[in-house]
This record gives sequence, structure tokens and C-alpha cells, in this order.
Amino acid sequence: MATDLKLLSQSVAVNHGTHLMNKDTLLIAGKSYHSRLLIGTGKYKDFTETQAAVEASGAEIITIAIRRSNIGQNPNEPNLLDILSPSKYTLLPNTAGCYSADDAVRTLRLARELLDGHSLVKLEVLGDPQSLYPNVVETLAAAKTLVADGFQVMVYTSDDPIIAKQLEDIGCVAIMPLASLIGSGMGILNPWNLQLIMDRVQVPVIVDAGVGTASDAAIAMELGCHGVLMNTAIAAAQQPVLMASAMKQAVEAGRMAFLAGRMPKKLYSASPSSPTSGLIS
Amino acid sequence: MISVSINGEVRQFDHPISVATLLEQMQLAGKRIALERNGEILPRGQFNQQLLADGDRLEIVVAVGGG
Repeated sequence: MATDLKLLSQSVAVNHGTHLMNKDTLLIAGKSYHSRLLIGTGKYKDFTETQAAVEASGAEIITIAIRRSNIGQNPNEPNLLDILSPSKYTLLPNTAGCYSADDAVRTLRLARELLDGHSLVKLEVLGDPQSLYPNVVETLAAAKTLVADGFQVMVYTSDDPIIAKQLEDIGCVAIMPLASLIGSGMGILNPWNLQLIMDRVQVPVIVDAGVGTASDAAIAMELGCHGVLMNTAIAAAQQPVLMASAMKQAVEAGRMAFLAGRMPKKLYSASPSSPTSGLIS
Repeated sequence: MISVSINGEVRQFDHPISVATLLEQMQLAGKRIALERNGEILPRGQFNQQLLADGDRLEIVVAVGGG
């Protein structure tokens, strides 16, 4: 009986959690997503591994890059869009590798043509090839042009709260600050700046870049970020598909912990968890 | 004879062929590509009508894995 009750209460708790989580969606540019984990498709061994990792992650928004096609030298080259169907996933073309606003805008216009008018994009304008740190001046310029041209821009940027606000004012639909440098796996180096950004912008704030392992993703979500975008943390893991699954759970756990509201931190606890009365003497 | 730069590679043609013919020659017809001609998007619907001209710069792109 006691076991039955325990099981029942567990199941109620789980159902309650599931119910809450079903209603808790990420809203970007008017569309709702259940998954708050966004993943990239670079650096995988092959398309089979890419596909398996995407599925294990539960991600609904998947970034892709735009590059020159072969021009006849490799006619049987497999095509990423055959693996990741635009009807199944929200594909998010990026401008990775662009160092100027002009190149970023050209790349995304090609992406829009490639994806039949799809307008949700990830803008990223880099500042230098060593650090891959964003060039926010070029990013602001590109964002203005793209928004005026009808794009819905999710923007990769530094964790500068003033720039984040300016990008929102331009009309970007999500602000995506780095947690640390792209591909570094250094985790969240400045949680306070992320907080400053979240306090200032209304659109979703998605940590993009720097996550190294599951706890980093959980921390981002516990801070109140609306989502996490990652690529290398999964693709460069020893077992990418297993890490994709870990990231899925970390993002969910972090989000639930944020919604649950953590206890305050304090150096001393004046209230032990066990009763202070009824002690034997 | 015309010269056209395709993805940074110069190719020569005896006479101005259409973009659609070029794509067939490169076995890219019907593939998921997008094309820019001299910095402007060339919509798929115009591949048949548009003839290549001497000095054209084409960029032909596909989706690849990326973050």
C-alpha cells in the first residue's frame, strides 16, 4: 500500500511536470517550439551521425551553413537537405564564416532562395578568424538590412547588454549571446552579463556558443535563458549521439529548475531538514 | 567565345548558353541549389530564359552542415 501510494505520487509529480512542460513553449517569430535546444549540423563524421544526433537531441530548430556547390566534379555528393527535411525541421541557415555585413546579407538571400522563401535565419558576423568573436558593428548593419528585407533574424552576438538591446530595437526576433567563444567548450563565463541582457530585452535570449557539456546547458537554462544553441559540444563529444541525448535532458532539467524556482543560497542554514524535536536523550 | 566565373573558377563557352543548360552540364539540374548572378539572386524560374554573358560571375550554393 505504501509502495502504491509512493508510485502514485511519483506518477502525479511526473505527469504534473510533463503537463507543465507541454504548455511551456519557446515562441520565436510567432511560432511555438517544444524543444529549447537548438543544434548545429557541422563537424559530424557523416550525415548518418548528423541525423542520429539531431533525433537524439529532440531539437526542432537546426542550423545549416551555405557554401559553394560542387560544379560537376562530384555529381553524387549527398545533400544535407535530403537528410534533414525542411518539412520536418525548422532549418536555420547561418552566416558562419562571414566577416562583413554585405557577405552575411548575400549569404542569407541565397539561403532564402534555396529554402523557397524561408525567412527565419541566424545572423552571425565574425570579427577575427582566431577567436571567432562577433563583429557587432557589422552585425548591427546586417541586421538592419535583413529586417528591412523581410527576414526574421535570430542574431549571434557578444554578451554586451547594450548591443543586445539595439539588436532587439532593430527588430531581431531572438538575441543569441555567446557564453564563451565558439567551439571553446569553456561554458558560461559571464552569467551576470546574460542576466543583464535578459533584464533588458523582451524577445527570447538563447545562449549560442561556448557550451561544453550538459551542466553548462543546464546552467544557462537555470539562469532563465529561453534556449541554448550548440554544435561542437555534441559533435566533438566522444559519443555525439549520447551527448545529444544528455543535452536534451540538461536543457529540460535546467528549464524545469528555473520554473520551479531554486532555493536561495545562504552560507548557513538555520533550519535543518529533519525535525528538531523528538530527539532521544 | 565567352568567359564566365563559376564559384571562382573561370570556364569558357563557345556561345552563350542558358543557366539551365549550364546546370545540366554540371549535373546540378533539379538539385537543391541557389544561384547568384553578378551579386543578385537569380530565381529558379528564370534559369531557362537567362543566357550567360561574357564576364558573368556566378555563385552556386548548397546547404551544408554548420553551426
